[in-house]
Amino acid sequence: MEWEVVIGLETHTQLKTKTKIFSGASTAYGAEPNTQACEVSIALPGVLPVLNKEAVQCAIKFGLAIDAEIAPRSVFARKNYFYPDLPKGYQISQFELPVVGKGKVTIQVPAVGKNEAYEKVINITRAHLEEDAGKSVHGALEGMSGIDLNRAGTPLLEIVTEPDMRSAAEAVAYAKKLHELVQWIGICDGNMQEGSFRCDVNVSVRPKGTTELGTRREIKNLNSFKFMQQAIAYETQWQIDTLEDGGKIQQATVLFNPDTGETRAMRSKEEANDYRYFPDPDLLPLEITEADKAAVRAEMSELPEAMKARFESEYALSAYDASTLTSSKEVADYFERVIHAGGDAKLAANWVMGGVTAKLNAEDKSIADSPIDAAALAQLIRRIADGTISNNAAKQVFEAMWSGESDVDAIIEAKGLKQVSDTGAIEAMIDEVLSANQSMVEEFKAGKEKAFNALVGQIMKASKGTANPAQVNVILKEKLSK
Amino acid sequence: MINQSLKNLSQLLASKAVSSVEMTQTFLDRIRQYNPDINAYITVDEEKSLAQAKAADANIAAGTATTLTGIPFAQKDIFCAKDWKTTCGSKMLENFIAPYDAHVITQFNNVGAVNLGKTNMDEFAMGSSNETSYFGGVKNPWDLTRVPGGSSGGSAAAVAARLCAAATGTDTGGSIRQPASLCGFTGLKPTYGLVSRYGMIAFASSLDQAGPMAKSAEDCALMMNVMAGFDARDSTSLNHLKEDYTAQLNQPLAGLKVGLPKEYFADGLDGDVAKVIETAIAEYKKLGAEFVDISLPNASLSIPVYYVLAPAEASSNLSRYDGVRYGHRAEEYDDLMEMYMKSRAEGFGEEVKRRILIGTYVLSAGYYDAYYLKAQKIRHLIAEDFKAAFKQCDIIMGPTVPSTAFKTGEKTGDPIAMYLQDIYTIATNLAGLPGMSVPAGFSHDLPVGLQIIGNYFDEARMLNVAHAYQQVTDWHTAMPKGIA
Repeated sequence: MEWEVVIGLETHTQLKTKTKIFSGASTAYGAEPNTQACEVSIALPGVLPVLNKEAVQCAIKFGLAIDAEIAPRSVFARKNYFYPDLPKGYQISQFELPVVGKGKVTIQVPAVGKNEAYEKVINITRAHLEEDAGKSVHGALEGMSGIDLNRAGTPLLEIVTEPDMRSAAEAVAYAKKLHELVQWIGICDGNMQEGSFRCDVNVSVRPKGTTELGTRREIKNLNSFKFMQQAIAYETQWQIDTLEDGGKIQQATVLFNPDTGETRAMRSKEEANDYRYFPDPDLLPLEITEADKAAVRAEMSELPEAMKARFESEYALSAYDASTLTSSKEVADYFERVIHAGGDAKLAANWVMGGVTAKLNAEDKSIADSPIDAAALAQLIRRIADGTISNNAAKQVFEAMWSGESDVDAIIEAKGLKQVSDTGAIEAMIDEVLSANQSMVEEFKAGKEKAFNALVGQIMKASKGTANPAQVNVILKEKLSK
Repeated sequence: MINQSLKNLSQLLASKAVSSVEMTQTFLDRIRQYNPDINAYITVDEEKSLAQAKAADANIAAGTATTLTGIPFAQKDIFCAKDWKTTCGSKMLENFIAPYDAHVITQFNNVGAVNLGKTNMDEFAMGSSNETSYFGGVKNPWDLTRVPGGSSGGSAAAVAARLCAAATGTDTGGSIRQPASLCGFTGLKPTYGLVSRYGMIAFASSLDQAGPMAKSAEDCALMMNVMAGFDARDSTSLNHLKEDYTAQLNQPLAGLKVGLPKEYFADGLDGDVAKVIETAIAEYKKLGAEFVDISLPNASLSIPVYYVLAPAEASSNLSRYDGVRYGHRAEEYDDLMEMYMKSRAEGFGEEVKRRILIGTYVLSAGYYDAYYLKAQKIRHLIAEDFKAAFKQCDIIMGPTVPSTAFKTGEKTGDPIAMYLQDIYTIATNLAGLPGMSVPAGFSHDLPVGLQIIGNYFDEARMLNVAHAYQQVTDWHTAMPKGIA
């Protein structure tokens, strides 16, 4: 039987606010345990929560960025359960009325093997504000577990998708897109090692062609895209194997073990808590007006979708190129800086998506760490555009620049890569090659078209790549037709 | 001195006839004398109180004093007070020393008032007789075999026995007004949101409200001037313009329209209590008030609604007492679950456990709609009843409690009978309205309180209505026999 995997994601994004969501304690990462735990973080008797407006602005930004309904009135609810790192015995979250409703995120799924790259719209069900818990620390104290409440009360936006993804590749593409988006709009630092962006992935399988959803298992707390890919692949295969062996899938929460590459159930849903959600009487409903939204919108920079559309119209880029270049704000800004420094748009797009990205990927760097700044790349592109160097020669210059040399013209000079466009010089080179390769000339005249390209190759080689290929073509054709 | 109004005490201090240290010492001596019998205070710290008194005297000498500077108040042990043991009447917090001040405590500190000590109360404010306190029941100064009411029973007994100049209390379903009625003094539960709940240990967050417990309406007004006001640390604190609650005290009552809800005079009301209330009504008529019959048709649902909503909130509010960070932790346990279970089983009393169980039940999947949601809807209807009633009248009057103080132990075996103590007070909490109890007479030598309910933010008017009555009656000045 052919199976189809169905995937939905719940992502906890830690909001980049200075203070906690319901108190004035700092949210800075990495402080000594419990030094950022004020009376509210510890949940002393009598303390009360006060909503941080900055966290609300972050939620509004996200809602605007995914073109979602932003609730004029949403409600904070208590999620009740006991856990040592949950100081109040309940988490303040949103349940029935979340701040952000239905929205959309468009993803680009990259080409894999024979499958071409494609775009897909992922529907967002909701996004809600909530507070993070603290951390249990095991092993720091002899025979005891410690509790660090520095993180307790850190604001989170939990973003939930519809079960719209049909492959690990789509899920990872969505997670990457969301990761870029929340950083683009400045609501999350995106630091996955520090837990600022954590994904829970719901996976189920069903016979291809059916519409009913299978029983899902939730893979918790994935904090790298690589692990996500591996975990989904393993989980999908495990579910298919289980069903094909006549087994049943039990709804469960599972953990991914990066060492073994396996997923394993941590608890089944039957044992799960009844969270006894109810509206938190300590907090008033959150009201967001059109004016509030307008004020946030006014502060936001251009969103990826808008920038993509502008790149298509302003720079005559293809939809695919425009969306690739706007997959990250840093890349998009770099690309535009190249253009503003005088680089041709089409060439700039090719270089940023091609040479630059390849190098960055190979060295696992972000564009901020690129040794070639936008102005330098623009200079290189200008030299291609004005015919000073060929594309081939440009690659050599680019390599030199990547290794730390900065002056484009000096590199061209030093390596003798300046393109020869002097007709006389090219003619001389061609004559030399033709006389040395008479057999090829004969073949061409006998009708072998391929021989022409071979001759061009010889001429380019003789010129060390400096001959202007267009001129070589024209002159060679002339000479051979004589 | 012990019978003087706050205004007179203030004048004694201002004229330097008495120092705050002397005044504080007088009350501390009385606490030493009477508290062993009455058990009104859980914590007394003479050194701390006298240090505050000394500072107050310096303020008075420097001319920086205000009306309540140097006056000794009792604070219900539900308010966190920095460096004071704050127990909330529970074994769970037996050794909890608060590291911060509740808003109410800060307000009293800011005017240089003296904290005389922390008063006894029903555990986590759950009770109507003060018998659920881990620190033992409080005795009613009018009859030591009887209860003072609850949950603010310690504050009530302290006011009645003159073991303080006045006291603070909190009222979730009647916990200021019912003890005020049973102990014969004046108590006010303000509009929900008028006094910040910050640092006030939560029982049922949407109902809890702090207020003054004092010898007269005028004293309550002076305390309201200190206690009321917006506090950004409480999201339910109302940004209401700061008022002088003494400003309207002497307004004439001519033309005042008073509503009498027929439901508050029906079956269940003790005949003698009814007579006292009728006499009070006659007095008000002499003062020029007009009476109209009104109806609060959903009032009878107040108790069931309350005993769904208050436990629901309490079950969640009390989850933080898990033995992990502070409070009682069991001595021995094998794992985390056992630590939770034993700590909470040992730390909480029976009534608290009962309400946690009820609350957990009504919030559970499958029961939420039938109980919690339905109760919320009825709560709304009850508020609508009052809204309609206030179209017909300015003030509502009736009994505070159906009967007078009952014997210790009389109702402890019957929770429902105990819950009925609050039958006339709970509706105002559900609606968020202000309510008062004012001494109106006696039945078999036990005090009877008249309840005055006002519209939202009508505290000044209510205090005026009570003050006018206290100008022509002397019920509020009566002292329990045996207390001198």
